[in-house]
Amino acid sequence: MKNPLDSIWGTIISGLVLTVILYVFASGFLTT
Amino acid sequence: MELVLDRWLHILAGITWIGLLYYFNFVQVPGLGQAKADGTAAGITKHIAPRALLWFRWAAAATWITGAYYLIRFPGHSFMDAFTLQGGSAYIGIGAWLGTIMLFNVWVLIWPNQKKVLGIVGASDEEKAKAGRVALLASRTNTMLSIPMLFFMITGTQAHGAGIFG
Repeated sequence: MKNPLDSIWGTIISGLVLTVILYVFASGFLTT
Repeated sequence: MELVLDRWLHILAGITWIGLLYYFNFVQVPGLGQAKADGTAAGITKHIAPRALLWFRWAAAATWITGAYYLIRFPGHSFMDAFTLQGGSAYIGIGAWLGTIMLFNVWVLIWPNQKKVLGIVGASDEEKAKAGRVALLASRTNTMLSIPMLFFMITGTQAHGAGIFG
């Protein structure tokens, strides 16, 4: 499997996906 | 006033850091590949890249220091709460963790390996190739991390008022 970080668009899409994952984590699991 | 100045410096340094990060990833790396093909890469590796890396790494340090100062001094935020993802500092804490990982990548992975690639320190061709790969992946990792980092930086300070997080 190709490393997504080898391409610029793969890097950007990975960053957007990570943003969604962290948003779900923050909304669901962090208590403030 | 002190915190306004600190926040201003934090944003100025952050723009410098992330702006150069995007320059490296979106402009210099693809352009260098073409420049090597027609024999004009030396201008970039000798005159542009070292200067860009100087501003890049020190802007990264300044961004982290001014951000840490803000978390320590700003009422309602706490440096410890941010890094342990507690209380009102939890959301910006995610951004702070991402920024800290990125700072580590700059000073521990990107800069030492770029010194080998650019010939600032001695290295064999094999070492240069390996260093180039490590520096590229660290730089791409930082570009990826910058996307959620900026999201949590801009939303973290006003998460409650904006109602962004459930």
